[in-house]
Amino acid sequence: MQDIIQQLEEKRAAARLGGGQKRIDAQHSKGKLTARERLDLLLDPGSFEEWDMFVEHTCNDFGMADQKVPGDGVVTGYGTINGRLVFVFSQDFTVFGGALSSMHAAKICKIMDKALQAGAPVIGLNDSGGARIQEGVDSLAGYAEVFQRNVMASGVVPQLSVIMGPCAGGAVYSPAMTDFIFMVKDSSYMFVTGPDVVKTVTQEVVTQEQLGGAVTHTTKSSVADLALENDVETLHQTRRFFDFLPLSNREQPPVRVTHDPVTRQDMSLDTLVPANPNKPYDMKELITKLVDEGDFFEIQPGYAKNIIIGFARIEGRTIGIVANQPMVLAGCLDIDSSRKGARFVRFCDCFNIPIVTLVDVPGFLPGTAQEYGGIIKHGAKLLFAYAEATVPKVTLITRKAYGGAYDVMSSKHLRGDVNFAWPTAEIAVMGPKGAVEIIFRGDIGDKAKIDAKAEEYRQKFANPFVAGHRGFIDDVIMPHGTRFRIARSLAMLRDKKLENPWKKHDNIPL
Amino acid sequence: MFKKILIANRGEIACRVIKSCKKLGIPSVAVYSDADDGAMHMRMADEAVHIGKSPASESYLLADRIIQVCKDTGADAVHPGYGFLSENQAFAKALEAAGITFIGPSVHAVAAMGDKIESKKLAKEAGVTTVPGYLGIIKDADEAVKIANEIGYPVMVKASAGGGGKGMRLCWNDAECREGFVSSTNEAKASFADDRVFVEKFIETPRHIEIQVLGDKHGNIVYVGERECSIQRRHQKVLEEAPSPFLDEATRKAMGEQAVALARKVGYYSAGTVEFIVGAKRDFYFLEMNTRLQVEHPVTELVTGIDLVEQMIRVAAGQKLPFRQEDIKLTGWALEARLYAEDPYRGFLPSTGRLVYFRTPEENATVRIDTGVSEGSEISMFYDPMIAKLCAYGKDRAAACDAMLDALDATYVGGIGNNVNFLSAVVGHPRFREGRLSTGFIAEEYPDGFHGATLPAQRRTELLAVATLLHAREQARDRARVEQLPVRHDLPKQDWLAVAGGEEVSVAMGDDEVKVGGAAIRIHGDWQPGDLFFRGSVQGKAITVRITPRSEGWRLTHGGTELDVVIRTRRAAELARLMPVKVAPDMSKYLLCPMPGLVVSIAVTEGEAVKAGQVLAVVEAMKMENVLRAERDGTIAKVSAKAGDSLAVDQVILEFAEQEKPAEEKKPAKKK
Repeated sequence: MQDIIQQLEEKRAAARLGGGQKRIDAQHSKGKLTARERLDLLLDPGSFEEWDMFVEHTCNDFGMADQKVPGDGVVTGYGTINGRLVFVFSQDFTVFGGALSSMHAAKICKIMDKALQAGAPVIGLNDSGGARIQEGVDSLAGYAEVFQRNVMASGVVPQLSVIMGPCAGGAVYSPAMTDFIFMVKDSSYMFVTGPDVVKTVTQEVVTQEQLGGAVTHTTKSSVADLALENDVETLHQTRRFFDFLPLSNREQPPVRVTHDPVTRQDMSLDTLVPANPNKPYDMKELITKLVDEGDFFEIQPGYAKNIIIGFARIEGRTIGIVANQPMVLAGCLDIDSSRKGARFVRFCDCFNIPIVTLVDVPGFLPGTAQEYGGIIKHGAKLLFAYAEATVPKVTLITRKAYGGAYDVMSSKHLRGDVNFAWPTAEIAVMGPKGAVEIIFRGDIGDKAKIDAKAEEYRQKFANPFVAGHRGFIDDVIMPHGTRFRIARSLAMLRDKKLENPWKKHDNIPL
Repeated sequence: MFKKILIANRGEIACRVIKSCKKLGIPSVAVYSDADDGAMHMRMADEAVHIGKSPASESYLLADRIIQVCKDTGADAVHPGYGFLSENQAFAKALEAAGITFIGPSVHAVAAMGDKIESKKLAKEAGVTTVPGYLGIIKDADEAVKIANEIGYPVMVKASAGGGGKGMRLCWNDAECREGFVSSTNEAKASFADDRVFVEKFIETPRHIEIQVLGDKHGNIVYVGERECSIQRRHQKVLEEAPSPFLDEATRKAMGEQAVALARKVGYYSAGTVEFIVGAKRDFYFLEMNTRLQVEHPVTELVTGIDLVEQMIRVAAGQKLPFRQEDIKLTGWALEARLYAEDPYRGFLPSTGRLVYFRTPEENATVRIDTGVSEGSEISMFYDPMIAKLCAYGKDRAAACDAMLDALDATYVGGIGNNVNFLSAVVGHPRFREGRLSTGFIAEEYPDGFHGATLPAQRRTELLAVATLLHAREQARDRARVEQLPVRHDLPKQDWLAVAGGEEVSVAMGDDEVKVGGAAIRIHGDWQPGDLFFRGSVQGKAITVRITPRSEGWRLTHGGTELDVVIRTRRAAELARLMPVKVAPDMSKYLLCPMPGLVVSIAVTEGEAVKAGQVLAVVEAMKMENVLRAERDGTIAKVSAKAGDSLAVDQVILEFAEQEKPAEEKKPAKKK
């Protein structure tokens, strides 16, 4: 017995040391923390319960038989973030470069299976050179096992990938299928094929950072949702982010105590929308003044900035915010912003998170780039996502709601539960000038007439009343009272029940 | 008394005048431009009339339009505030012709004092001491240099029609005098449509002290104490106080009597201000007389209890002053801080835009706030960039300074650059506290610009205690969840470290105190997550600290300093030390637009070699021309902007070629 305990301690010590002090130092010198250090920061102190510390790989080829490290390059288990359950895996770059063996994969699969049953999120900290080449197809099989579980867990428990080192080749597809990807600047990268292969095949010369760094993926490709400065900041923000999420699709979003009164009025919002309809304003001001404590967790802040998405709370309860941003491209919808918004709406719908939509949209972006790029299909994604969503949907039109984009942005017609408008709202097919130039095409040379007619059109539609007459908006509210009115609507909708017809799954235009 | 008063102004002063109208029960009429639609002054007045477009020349300076509004609304008197038409004799004359009372002095007095050269001649005649100088009009730069040499450097070149620091240049030698003459003339032409300038002797280590006078139409004239306005930046007043910490009773009396003599000389009535330069030996010289209400009049009101606007209205209506010279007593001390929309961290460049946040302390016995804007208002590029005047009152100067510091700590301006921290730094500066002021104070104490006030060690410790309390509150809230997993009973207690400015110190939260290193700091406060301010007490003393959440931790702003603090467990701090220090990209090879503005001219071309100090471009913002010079020798690689371009802050104007040798002095990397 004593002997076994002695051995146990030795094995634990060996596992904790991973690939050894030298490799730990090398990891540190790259500005990276080790797998276990990362878990220390991610989880509540003392809450981590490790599983499969004694797992070793099964490969006997290429001299692998005498290179065995307990744990086999990944630390798995469960713990808590602010007391709430989460399953985690953290790849250990110091052990075989974090390469994925069949046993390494099996460890990840074990916690994913349990997370699905227990109904708790999975957070993966990725830092792996790729497949354990010595294992051949066993390693590939391991990836596929993980992929399958990612898909099964999708929409059941939140899955979050944090890329903290290399993640290349087939390995990228596990994070790709999770709900959110956070990346560390300068020390993480993701790509299907690396710079060497790229050079051979396409002659392009590109660095790892340019090809698949955090900045690339959060500004150009939209593969990742957030780029953060270093491991410490990344894990801190991951904890903050986790606090918004329900543990599974069986649960309601968490409630956090707040002292921010729901009745708080903000008189400054009365002057947010400028008198000149062509002058932009910052929609983020409305968001921060609307939500609890001004605490808004924005996702994809560097990509398709004409739409803003992210989490916040009202009355301590998580909400998802989707808002047009008049500061960028006048807040129009285009391919990128539609895709960005659509995926977020679907996440919220999966996990019972009410959606608050703030609308100031002049329409879809015109042009060949958009049409050739398939704006029809991509725009349809956002439309589809809103239309199928059954969570509470509260919409506020602050200014423009023009054309098809009006329909898309959580309109009454797409089962918007409560649709408000500010007095500055203009709900119309298009702007007055454009409309009049079509209706009175014959008089286009007659500037005086066009101007007069445009003014007439403005009088008729540059207000919320026409839509109000039809019941397309439920009420016109004063900006300063927005927080209370939206909070009250959300409270009213707390037990909302709405089901879509049974189907195997829908066929969203991908 | 008047039936209705129109206020031919905007912003805080219009609001200020309306308050006195309300007090007297007189209905008020506000006028407003496009840019001021919905502004506070038009909401406060009983009636508001739109008078034109945003530029002042198309609205607030339209004398005819304003007089028409008087007729339309039945206003029988006009208060002009300060600036705009307040010292415009044509306007005063036109009002008189229309049978409308101008709430101010006579046309004659306005005319006599409006001209800086004329006014000096009159002052001399009235027995007022004046600064040596040449009061004639100067034809060209050569003549300016000649006169300057006669008087002896340093000299000041001034616009005859000038005011507010515009069209003024200090010159120490012939070259500067030449340049000063040109720029002063140009600025005078642009600002006042009058390019006459004159030259006078510059008094070294001067103080700016002014006497408030008040007269009625019955020949009674009194002086209502002095104001010291020595804290100026580029001749723009920043902090004013009453009384002056420098004057003794004899000097006060002598200056007051000279001021009254001058006022009497021009048959002055209403409120006016006689400005003096005071030398190190309490020798004083007449500078100019302002025939209007001054921006800084509240400090006089606070120490005398006299409502100057009310008296102006009563005097204009023909009433006698209700007090005599011997009735006027100065009680206590008052300070005024001008809150400007300018960025002290970027060379005080003007900043315009939306006041996303604007929070001020409550007005009470020690705090007075004069403002014309509220949260959500726009600080427009068309007008003066002043956001508010914060006044503090105390039984003596030290008490007034403390009250001012507290008021500034409780002031938060968000969305645009502002000088709150700078004001706090000045009021907290030992030299200011000692009252050793001069108009050179800011230039001398902040020669390299403003980089935040220095934080005394004890205060730093106290702020770390505040941060620890914030962290403890957030931790307690985060743990107050329902869905908790059981926790091990044998967990070691977590040690906390406060990390700020690269230093770490252990901290621990107790019941009523925080241990910071070895020190125990008593602390109370009802701060809750999301609150913009921590209001409470530290070591038994009331304190207000601005709290700005950061990605991790907070920025604590207090007394003009900003301290970024993160509280971490010992383990987290240990791991954080392993993180690489990242250096922001070097932008020193770019000339960036320092403020939103209009490019007036680009002085260089691509490929041109430039010397340090050479003019590269001129950018106009807030009607001030800002000359951008080369910081070091180099070659222009690319010019990205052209004259007439409207640029945003930090937009690239031009790019220097890479230097063969590494630059000797690199700017410190910008903090993120």
